[in-house]
Amino acid sequence: MQSKFLEVFLESLDKFGELYGPKQKNGVLSYDSLNSISELVITDEQPMIPIKKLFHPMQFTMMHFNEKGFYPDYSVIEKRVVLGVHPCEIHSLLRLDEVFMREPVDPYYAGLRKSTAIIGFSCIPTENHLCYSTDTDIVNEGFDLFFVGLDDFYLVWVGSSLGYDMIHEREEFFDDDVTHDDIQKYVDWRQKRNSMFKKSFEFDSMPDIMELSHDSEIWDYFGDKCLSCGQCSMVCPTCNCYNVTDVFAVTNENVGRRDRVWDSCMFVDYSIVAGGHNFRASRADRLRLWYGHKLKTFGVDYGRPGCVGCGRCVDSCPVDINVLTISEALTTKEVPK
Amino acid sequence: MTLIGTIENPFKPKAARIVRHYDLIKDHRFFQVRHIDMKKAMSFTYNPGQFIMLSIPGVGEAPFSISSTPSRPGILEMGVRKTGTLTEALFQKKDNDVVYIRGPYGNGFKLDQMINKDLIIVAGGLGVIPLRSILYYVLDNRDMFNRVFFLYGARSPDEFLFRTEFFQIKERDDINCFYTVDNSDSEWTEDVGVVTKLFKHLPEIDPRETTAVVVGPPVMYKYVIDEFLKLKIPKNQIQLSLERRMKCGIGKCGHCAIEHLYTCMDGPVFTYWDTLHFRELI
Repeated sequence: MQSKFLEVFLESLDKFGELYGPKQKNGVLSYDSLNSISELVITDEQPMIPIKKLFHPMQFTMMHFNEKGFYPDYSVIEKRVVLGVHPCEIHSLLRLDEVFMREPVDPYYAGLRKSTAIIGFSCIPTENHLCYSTDTDIVNEGFDLFFVGLDDFYLVWVGSSLGYDMIHEREEFFDDDVTHDDIQKYVDWRQKRNSMFKKSFEFDSMPDIMELSHDSEIWDYFGDKCLSCGQCSMVCPTCNCYNVTDVFAVTNENVGRRDRVWDSCMFVDYSIVAGGHNFRASRADRLRLWYGHKLKTFGVDYGRPGCVGCGRCVDSCPVDINVLTISEALTTKEVPK
Repeated sequence: MTLIGTIENPFKPKAARIVRHYDLIKDHRFFQVRHIDMKKAMSFTYNPGQFIMLSIPGVGEAPFSISSTPSRPGILEMGVRKTGTLTEALFQKKDNDVVYIRGPYGNGFKLDQMINKDLIIVAGGLGVIPLRSILYYVLDNRDMFNRVFFLYGARSPDEFLFRTEFFQIKERDDINCFYTVDNSDSEWTEDVGVVTKLFKHLPEIDPRETTAVVVGPPVMYKYVIDEFLKLKIPKNQIQLSLERRMKCGIGKCGHCAIEHLYTCMDGPVFTYWDTLHFRELI
């Protein structure tokens, strides 16, 4: 597709659902609903808060209750088309699928997932992108359409029957024939992009190194630095932990709602049980759990570690605890100077 | 919303009535609850060692061990210690009041390891609440098991849970019960000391043909497991049940994660062999 058609085409997708995408909001790039296509920011930068917020909202009402019982509230679910989604984000959704879509299925996440189309976009690595290390720089599934920007045109991959319908609506914009020249341009683009990653880390051997480093003093070193602020969990696209709280209506003591809200295993009360016993009172223990999830194992049945190499922990942690510093310390057995 | 119309919401708790309650010891209360929907009440099946999520609207939801046996269907029993906001609210409830439950969750004890074998059940303090489920299950299906030994230790006679029941069971000749308290009083006629002291009463066993189960406070596990190992019971035939914070019960909220395991789905019952692999377990 010629680049000049992009905006018109994306705008036309609103017949498939409410348009969402990265836009500037209070000076921060953020996934949100788009009032007009001109708000959409297609960029190599990524939104501060990952795409999980559109499928596992920061806070929402799961159920209402009254004297007669609990009543599920599915009002968060709407038909949407999310534009401008990078490969690492698509990978993160596939990881979250493994948690929320596993039996018994979470009806809120599943509802949001099934009613939302994903329109992916390729990107060029910025300062802290690590997806080449985590093998999440390319997507083969998890999108309806995926746009790779090459000079003055886009190579458009169709990933679903819905994606096919979207193209079919405006087929005048698309060219079926992929020439040798186009393929060469794509190959060149991949090689050029692969050479542009500024940072990398040892990902493949981390499960073993993590296992062997369970008692390493490195965890105490990072534990001493950690502020338990939980920012890493908020910005990590595969952190899915949540808390549940009941809230009474102001006017009626028998009526209220049950809300789900993001939580973080970095918080001190994360593992506390009735009676006050805390299974992870130390920050070192909590960090080990967090990085175990990202670099070692993620669910007994899920296979891969959770990290998708988005680099947000590198951008965000105020005391430089991130997949780079942790993996380097564990690999070299030296704490950072 | 039609999109999710076909999925049953696994978080929606069902109404249940408190049919009976009484105090076990100070701040520990016994509850019998029954689904208001009669069909649900009779079809609700579970394994000993599983748990339910209990809600009080506006206060919250938490996991509770099931203390009754599935061999006596219809009514669910729980032993509850008053220790937080939810249990304080539960203690305000009277018979015929409504609470909300969902479940059962977790794996439960591995019964297949127990059938036609000797069984040693060791309980410490509150740990006896989930073990009471397997205890009655075994007694109700007595022919399926060989010799059964029930060892229970409490801090004092005042803190000995289900005292009347357990002393009645002690009279049976198809089970060997041994009880102890850390601090006795003048009326106490059983052993005195920590629960591991009761192991001296056990006859000779064939460790390969024996399954051991232990539930108690975290500090107790090491000492009891040491006794099992002295008896040469294989590590994968020692079962224990773990407690963790839980917000969902179905492997979504993350709170009960132990390394890559979810206590709510992969547990709460693990073997000692599992715990050796997963160093964070106890």
